[in-house]
Amino acid sequence: MAMTTYREAVRAALREALLKDPRVFLMGEDVGKYGGSYAVSKGLLAEFGPERIRDTPLSESTFVGAGIGAALGGMRPIVEIMTVNFSLLALDQIVNNAATIRHMSGGQFSVPLVIRMATGAGRQLAAQHAHSLEGWYAHIPGIRILAPATLEDARGMLPTALTNPDPVLIFEHQTLYNVEGPLADDAGAVDIDHAAVRRPGKDVSLITYGGTLGKTLDAATTLAAEGIDAEVIDLRTLRPLDMPTVIASVKKTHRVVVVDEGWKSGSLSAEIMARIAEEAFYDLDAPMARVCSAEVPIPYPKHLEDAALPQPAAIAAAARQATGSRTS
Amino acid sequence: MPMLGADMEAGTLVEWLKHPGDPVKRGDIVAVVDTQKGAIEIEVFEDGVLETIVVQRGAKVPVGTILAHIRGTGPAAAIVTPAATPTPAGMPRPAVTPAAPAPPSARARVTPMARKLAADLGVDLARVTGTGSGGAITHDDVQRAAQAAPAPVDRAAAMRSAIAAAMARSKRDVPHYYLSATIDMSAALAWLHAENEKRSMTERMLPAVLLIKAVALALRDVPELNGHWVDGAFRKGPGIHIGCAISLRGGGLVAPALHDADHSALPALMRNFQDLVARARAGALRSSELSDPTITISNLGDQGVDSAFAIIYPPQVAIVGFGRISNRPWAGAGGIEARPLVTATLSGDHRATDGHRGGMFLTAVDRWLQTPEKL
Repeated sequence: MAMTTYREAVRAALREALLKDPRVFLMGEDVGKYGGSYAVSKGLLAEFGPERIRDTPLSESTFVGAGIGAALGGMRPIVEIMTVNFSLLALDQIVNNAATIRHMSGGQFSVPLVIRMATGAGRQLAAQHAHSLEGWYAHIPGIRILAPATLEDARGMLPTALTNPDPVLIFEHQTLYNVEGPLADDAGAVDIDHAAVRRPGKDVSLITYGGTLGKTLDAATTLAAEGIDAEVIDLRTLRPLDMPTVIASVKKTHRVVVVDEGWKSGSLSAEIMARIAEEAFYDLDAPMARVCSAEVPIPYPKHLEDAALPQPAAIAAAARQATGSRTS
Repeated sequence: MPMLGADMEAGTLVEWLKHPGDPVKRGDIVAVVDTQKGAIEIEVFEDGVLETIVVQRGAKVPVGTILAHIRGTGPAAAIVTPAATPTPAGMPRPAVTPAAPAPPSARARVTPMARKLAADLGVDLARVTGTGSGGAITHDDVQRAAQAAPAPVDRAAAMRSAIAAAMARSKRDVPHYYLSATIDMSAALAWLHAENEKRSMTERMLPAVLLIKAVALALRDVPELNGHWVDGAFRKGPGIHIGCAISLRGGGLVAPALHDADHSALPALMRNFQDLVARARAGALRSSELSDPTITISNLGDQGVDSAFAIIYPPQVAIVGFGRISNRPWAGAGGIEARPLVTATLSGDHRATDGHRGGMFLTAVDRWLQTPEKL
């Protein structure tokens, strides 16, 4: 078991995929000579050459469309988009083509495309590079949405996504790339169907994913010192949602706090709460709560960015409120 | 929630004996309700299937509240949903008037889980203190309340206050007139004595049953005394259901009905009467027995009184009182002699009848008691 970073884990996954399957290639802005805007693909151009590590023009619609075409043609493309904000230029290709072609062709064509992109805030990249729009994509039938939050998932979700016959979008939170930790030497493919209980507990379910998992676990540690035993659920797959795992947790703790860096309005967090209300209403022993980003474009100044994002103190406070009389 | 007495305002659902999906038929006992007069079994009056239970165990609800829905055996009625009335195409939709801001809700904060547990355990949420988020009542609060010993209910006091309310209302609202007649019971007792000779000890009949039957048959002659005063008018009773005032050992009294007493043969009437007394004292009366009486008899003969002028139990319009049957001087054909006599009284609601009718009734009671073999 060696120490590694999230960035290195994603790179290892890419390298393995390129080595194992000649149909796999990586395409995106600055993935080649520059080594990736988050340095994920550093060294891959030298190892695999420009046929398989392809720099593209700054035209998301074009190169995502090219990826869809390649997938239809039998390749296994991995398309990297620099951030989720830029993916909006490719929304038409993703929502109108990638997500629909199996349906529109009556099942004749499939689009085995993997799109990776950075999401989220926390590194002072300001409002055009820092939003969390994965919840929007989770609205769309026909695509699978993954949010690896751990080294194991950074290493293991990509190979499984590549075996999926339909488009898979992988959202890598920009604050995670530098996270370092031990990863098993034989770490490999992981399942992309289920949520994971990252910390078992009995008093309140903290439901989160991606970039806020670490903050939520920090909050759970604080709460534990106060005698509140929080369970932390990592959704992992945002579409389709693994509701059985969520509901099982709610039936155990009876209290819910959803932590999501997306905004509240019309959001994934709202969807999760709605489903809990539908499926486990009589198990709720407190109003459900959310800790989300402030409803503003993500600010640039550090102190304002911190204030706009979910933080461990706010998560702990929401959990205390949900557990009622133990509010300190 | 049926009104199981003129003074009843609310009842507590103690137990459901039928569950959603169960078939029910007229006369089935579906639930038990707790009132100031004790636990009462609730009957249904329709055949069908119990569809949904509306009032959960433990809930106290006002009279008139729907307790459950029963789907009848007839064809299902179309469900009318006014809100779903389609707007004709091209017609502008009526402007929606914004609702006035709702007043602050008086509804207690109870979590869904706690509300469900309270229903399951029969815990009255009004007695539970909330310690949860925003002061809400939580699952644990309900559990604690369920484990705490329930406050003892002073049944005797509750019944006393129910009687007080009903009697005060009667004396306030009902203009009573009072009549009395002394009736020679020689023939009736002689016949009863002979009749009981033929019977085993357990099957012997009491004079009280003859009095009940005589009253029932006399009401056929004077139906104006048999029924209820409702909304400013007399409504004739659907049958002759005689309420029998029964004093309870713990204090207080109830007056459940002997249904269709005029149609019951004396032995059956005797059995029903004994059964009624036993069940009244055990607190196992049925809802129809409490709500159906069309007239009441108060027999205080066992207490040694000569005559009883009773107060009408609204909305009934009459009550008959009997004193003890005792040997007293009687001027008969052969001069003064001792005979078993009883004083029958009638308290009548003067809004419904006049003394003339009341007199005819007492005369009819007397006449029936002179021909006991016809009772």
